[in-house]
Amino acid sequence: MSRIGVFVCHCGENISRTVDVERVAAEIGKLPGVALATDYKYMCSDPGQGLLKKAIAEHRLDGLVVAACSPRMHEKTFRNAAKAAGLNPFLCEMANIREHCSWVHEDREEATAKAIDIVRLMVERVKKDKALQPITVPITKRALVIGGGIAGIQAALDIADCGHQVLLVEREPSIGGHMAQLSETFPTLDCSQCIMTPKMVDVANHPNITLHTWSEIENVDGYIGNFQVTIRKKARSVDMDKCTGCGVCMAKCPQKKIKSTFDRGLGTRPAIYVPFPQAVPNTPVIDRENCTYFKSGKCGVCAKVCGPGAVDYDQQDELITEPVGAIVVATGFELYTINEKPKGSPIKGYGEFGHGTIPDVIDGMTFERLASASGPTGGKILRPSDGREPKQVVFVQCVGSRAREKGISYCSKVCCMYTAKHTMLYKHKVHDGQAYVFFMDARTPGKSYDEFWRRAVEEEEAVYIRGMVSRLYQKGDKIVVMGSDISVGVQVEIEADLVVLATAVQPRQGADALAQKLGISYDTYNFYSEAHAKLKPVECATAGIYLAGACQGPKDIPDTVSQASAAAAKVMTLFSRDQLEREPIVARVNERNCVACFYCKKVCPYGAVEEKEIRDRQGNLVRVVAYVNPGVCGGCGTCQATCPSKSVELEGYTDEQVMAMIEAL
Amino acid sequence: MHETKEKHDFEPKIVAFVCTWCTYAGADLAGTSRLHYPSNVRVLKFPCTGRIDPVFILRAFQRGADGVLVSGCHPGDCHYMAGNLHARRRFAAFRGLLDFVGVDLNRLQFSWVSAAEGGKWVEVVTDLTERIRAMGPMEEFKALETEECWSGELNSPELQEAYNNI
Ligand code: FES
Repeated sequence: MSRIGVFVCHCGENISRTVDVERVAAEIGKLPGVALATDYKYMCSDPGQGLLKKAIAEHRLDGLVVAACSPRMHEKTFRNAAKAAGLNPFLCEMANIREHCSWVHEDREEATAKAIDIVRLMVERVKKDKALQPITVPITKRALVIGGGIAGIQAALDIADCGHQVLLVEREPSIGGHMAQLSETFPTLDCSQCIMTPKMVDVANHPNITLHTWSEIENVDGYIGNFQVTIRKKARSVDMDKCTGCGVCMAKCPQKKIKSTFDRGLGTRPAIYVPFPQAVPNTPVIDRENCTYFKSGKCGVCAKVCGPGAVDYDQQDELITEPVGAIVVATGFELYTINEKPKGSPIKGYGEFGHGTIPDVIDGMTFERLASASGPTGGKILRPSDGREPKQVVFVQCVGSRAREKGISYCSKVCCMYTAKHTMLYKHKVHDGQAYVFFMDARTPGKSYDEFWRRAVEEEEAVYIRGMVSRLYQKGDKIVVMGSDISVGVQVEIEADLVVLATAVQPRQGADALAQKLGISYDTYNFYSEAHAKLKPVECATAGIYLAGACQGPKDIPDTVSQASAAAAKVMTLFSRDQLEREPIVARVNERNCVACFYCKKVCPYGAVEEKEIRDRQGNLVRVVAYVNPGVCGGCGTCQATCPSKSVELEGYTDEQVMAMIEAL
Repeated sequence: MHETKEKHDFEPKIVAFVCTWCTYAGADLAGTSRLHYPSNVRVLKFPCTGRIDPVFILRAFQRGADGVLVSGCHPGDCHYMAGNLHARRRFAAFRGLLDFVGVDLNRLQFSWVSAAEGGKWVEVVTDLTERIRAMGPMEEFKALETEECWSGELNSPELQEAYNNI
């Protein structure tokens, strides 16, 4: 027979005002198995907890029910008290007679009757409770950072500075991301490369950072503290150990006319290339699609001119598997290609803007390359079509963003500011030029942001027109921009030399596929979802995975860097312990009953169910059963409700416990 | 301040199966906001609606529940990602079965109540209680349980007919 102690709390008057607590205690005291039932004014207070501890010893209690507030409030408190008195904390339950009873009912008679019921059900449950031991899992103190833009770089440096090993994986040949492409940054107009490249070099030289560029995540297994990641190191065709980065191969490559993606198609590069001169690592990659040797087997110039003999045409993709304990996802963004309607996407293109067909209609990032001192024009603003200096430039904001009818309803956050910056950069370079901006609103929250925008309007004389553009078309060598000015209610037509579209910020192509490998969730646009919009902005719902930068939502550089450091701090918090302790509310398989249908495996949202082979002493396979990895199990219990042979039980919510309550109804 | 409460002849027993993360928290919120609702409901807490086995509902009806409520996080908000979606499918199928065994489906209610919806919890519980009160006590299932208990022999005319139809 159980010896259960029941403690009914008055909660000052919060409970006792509507519930006759003495009567509850008296009624419950009559139940079989209840060794003690008493009431007290404040159970959660020190003397209240003392009472509980004393009773455990005195009455040799083997189960506790504290009838008080919501378990979400004080379950931890009372379980800790039980533990301190030597009782397994999982043998202590709370009956919620405050939030679910005294506060929501007025009739004393009814409320008391309900309170008795609530406590009675809990007593029956506690009779079936089992002592549970917390689960500890070891932690591999090594982090994986996916994405080598400013977010990934910052997170990697922070974690590495703390003394932990970091693997930084970047899918391009160099780290740097979009920030390396920018000219100058708002609101200070400092040169992006000047602040970015030193950080890139820090990454390359850091003893705790292992850099894998030209690499992608192939597979992720495991769980917090114990992930196994498989990285595909794409064939570079250049031996990284031998290459000295002299650059002779690039100079001698006869194939020079390939459009540079880094320069947004404005400049060209050879088939063996680094994306930009300050690339880290400074080891070229052969673009096999465009290389004459790979296409026709002839050429081979780069191999001939390479002094150290680093060029290796036979290199293959390599798969490496590495153990890590935490993952920071920092895959960043890309710009909406507005002319195209992506396949299978609700997003409609902007054919009416002629992007991609009219050469002088460009997007914001292309303008960055034009304005960049290291860009294809050496920082001169010149039209892509004929290389002339544009005298009238029209900037169009919110192209794609905030356009529900086109499929994207969010604000891309950075466009207002970078367009203001563009008008300034333009004015600084083309003194007699005029910038026009079509805008819906100027959104400038951020330190010194509004001042910056005002400067563009008031000092740099950009003409801001509130309204949208309906159409763009080529007329001679001009582009006619048709739009409206809603503040005065007129149609506007501007003959522009260059049009710059502030296109929407979107997650990277393939963000969803990566999310599926990682087991993290994402929204309808493929931005990764944080665990809580306010209080857990850098954690994923999947433990041990953290987010940094624009992969979670459009962000400017300061926000990205802050989030990256926050993610790093979370990783360091995790790594500050040697073992991870977690609630033992996990599923366990009864191997004798399991019929190996693996429905549980199909429904498990965590991929925690594995197929386990049972072998006899000779090593012959006897049968296969399900096995739930307690480190991975999240404890939802879906497997148990699904199992047709009732062979899996969720600890803490077993059928026995639930049925005991239902039987007592 | 106290309205005179009308006394009813029949107070139905309502059992609510809820998930910890949303509906239980929503019910807590109703408490902290001092909202009021009928005291007929008894709440059973589960980690997730995904854990709720249809057998629990059947047994609750057998054990005297006149109405059952199952409530969890809104689709897409499940703390465990997809538990409520599995639950939704499972219960869609289960309703058919319940109908077949002769339980009036109006006695079973599914809803999504989030941790922020204390008001909705009150609404759902109040509506269900009133509805069940109007329907009266649930007798058919209990009657079914005792009267039509299977004799263990495979010779009833219905079974015979079912066999012939295979
Ligand atoms: S946690 Fe609420 S339904 Fe899954």
